[in-house]
Amino acid sequence: MPRSGNKKDDVTTRTETDVEAGLSLVVADGDRLLEELPREKLAWMLQKMCEIRYFEEKAEELYIRGLVHGTMHLSIGQEASAVGSTSALRPDDLIIHHHRGHGHTIAKGADITLMMAEFLGKEPGYCRGRGGSMHIADIPGGNLGATGVVGSGMPTAVGIGLALQMRRSDQVLLCFFGDGAANLGEFHEALNMASIWKLPVVFICENNQYGMSMSVRRSMNIEHISTRACSYGIPGKTVDGNNVLAVYQTITAAVEHTRSGEGPALIENVTYRWRGHSKSDRNLYRTQEEMDAWKKLCPIRRFKEMLVEAGVMESEEVEAIDREAKATIDRAAEEALTFSEPSPENMEDEVYAP
Amino acid sequence: MSEMSEMSEMSENGKREITYLEAVREAMVQEMRRDPEVFLIGEDVGVYGGAFGVSRGMLEEFGPERIRETPISEAAIAGAATGAALMGMRPVMEIMFMDFVTISMNQLVNQAAKIRFMFGGKASIPMVVRTPAGSGTGAAAQHCQSLEALFMNVPGIKVVAPSTPYDVKGLLVASIRDNNPVVFMEHKLLYRTKGPVPEELYTVPLGQAEIKREGRDLTVVAYSIMVSRALEAAGQLAAEGIEIEVVDPRSLKPLDKETIVQSVCKTGRVLIAHEAPVTGGVGGELAAVIAGSDAFDYLDAPIRRLAGRDVPIPYNRTLERAAVPQVEDIVAAARVLAQEGR
Repeated sequence: MPRSGNKKDDVTTRTETDVEAGLSLVVADGDRLLEELPREKLAWMLQKMCEIRYFEEKAEELYIRGLVHGTMHLSIGQEASAVGSTSALRPDDLIIHHHRGHGHTIAKGADITLMMAEFLGKEPGYCRGRGGSMHIADIPGGNLGATGVVGSGMPTAVGIGLALQMRRSDQVLLCFFGDGAANLGEFHEALNMASIWKLPVVFICENNQYGMSMSVRRSMNIEHISTRACSYGIPGKTVDGNNVLAVYQTITAAVEHTRSGEGPALIENVTYRWRGHSKSDRNLYRTQEEMDAWKKLCPIRRFKEMLVEAGVMESEEVEAIDREAKATIDRAAEEALTFSEPSPENMEDEVYAP
Repeated sequence: MSEMSEMSEMSENGKREITYLEAVREAMVQEMRRDPEVFLIGEDVGVYGGAFGVSRGMLEEFGPERIRETPISEAAIAGAATGAALMGMRPVMEIMFMDFVTISMNQLVNQAAKIRFMFGGKASIPMVVRTPAGSGTGAAAQHCQSLEALFMNVPGIKVVAPSTPYDVKGLLVASIRDNNPVVFMEHKLLYRTKGPVPEELYTVPLGQAEIKREGRDLTVVAYSIMVSRALEAAGQLAAEGIEIEVVDPRSLKPLDKETIVQSVCKTGRVLIAHEAPVTGGVGGELAAVIAGSDAFDYLDAPIRRLAGRDVPIPYNRTLERAAVPQVEDIVAAARVLAQEGR
């Protein structure tokens, strides 16, 4: 739905009121799931969200300590989008994702020590130190990799979906991308092609409000990216991406739709990136007030409160999960730091498959 | 296919002759019959048969799922091929004109070429990018380019540029069976050329040059359309007593350096011929390979390049001919080079 006023020239960023106004429009009716979902599943969701948060904080710490060679794109604040989405999958389903991809990788069930090893560029890492933070893939685990060029995973997702369809598989692919990717030509080509062939791909736009420093307010003339779904004749829905149960519920419905052969869907998880785009970001394009307003919508704190208020867990149990997640990350980092470095010898041997 | 057998003829020595275009089709058809993971994807490849008719008749045999027609979406075509290949299928994607491959570049250069290496060797992308290249049809600047040099500089991609019906069939079969992305250049002017092609499946390995004509006086390294032009030039020069050896690398990456170097060691003179513009072209790479090899000591004259002029391909027939090397240009250049340093 188009916005009433054209704010293309308005370079001010969202205020707290804008945040609330934006979220009031999104679906957030996942609470009922607190009663329906098994306790183990809810505990797993919290565990993964905490692991993502602590992984990102550890990544930042290792970087500050000078132990990381490259850059990193942290997903602190976006944990519910990753975990809520993958919670809707079967173990044999697939994901393809993007440069801010640590969260999806953890949420798809990756070995955190091997992830940390890859982040540190170590030989035993998932990609043997060749990929690093931006390209972690776990092919046997159904994580078909993170792409560093914004939007690049979308056309590739078409091919993955095509292969699933041609092989008569009932697996589903989740394709994560950001609000920035939604303005690329590849977004259009991929959604169009996936829709005409009814491919089993759920396209998940993680709208974290900024493509680097360019806000969604300035980069597009619509309120909700999911409304673009109507151009392809597919379902589109915007969801409170900081409510893990709302995400879970919405993606579950999208996955069911897709798995039944009805074709793709476009889901927009509205969320917010707490940290800068990458290590070079000085946050000059947004206000402290805006960042503080979004931090009040912390997905982890909200989920913990929901669990306790609904009587699913005692607050001690919730905090025990949190502590265990932190310990997991600490152990993974400690171990990964001791791993061997890759050798520059015979690097060319891996460029081409035999 | 019946259409193909009707069109094929027997040459004087009893070998079946078909066109380069038919050989491309036959390679795809036979591979698709053999391997259910192989499929063709591209614009107008179905009922229309592709812009040049290469896939004519294939829809009837294989159906719309494996002869997959797409919207005009070169980025998504390349993505569809890349993703399907990542899943272990063997897509052959057709890009109608090599010029349009620029629209596919992100998927080809940043995804297909990189996925294996950046995922630590734990994935592979077995796909072929079939695309008509080259000038001579009056289609002007945006439908005539030869962009092989762009791909040569991207680790992870292989580049093949066949010159004969025999080679194009064997190299396409080998490319389909290769476990990497292969950019497969088909020259539009070669589509109608005929030559002996065995009916059975065979492969011509990538990275294996062929000496198309032996000669003692100088080596011409030529690929794609330049091979037939070099052979025609060789015929004319032979009448003058100049014997040129024509070496066809057939695949540019991987490159059979040994055969090229051995030939130059024998003749002591080398002319490198290609249609793409000279600056930054494949010729520079070939020259560097030769200059840095054992052949350096055998060189009796400077390494010479005869390539496209540094212009977009023009429309006008005279200008178009003048923009890329023709037979007479090879004759003239070889004649001079044969005397250089004597």
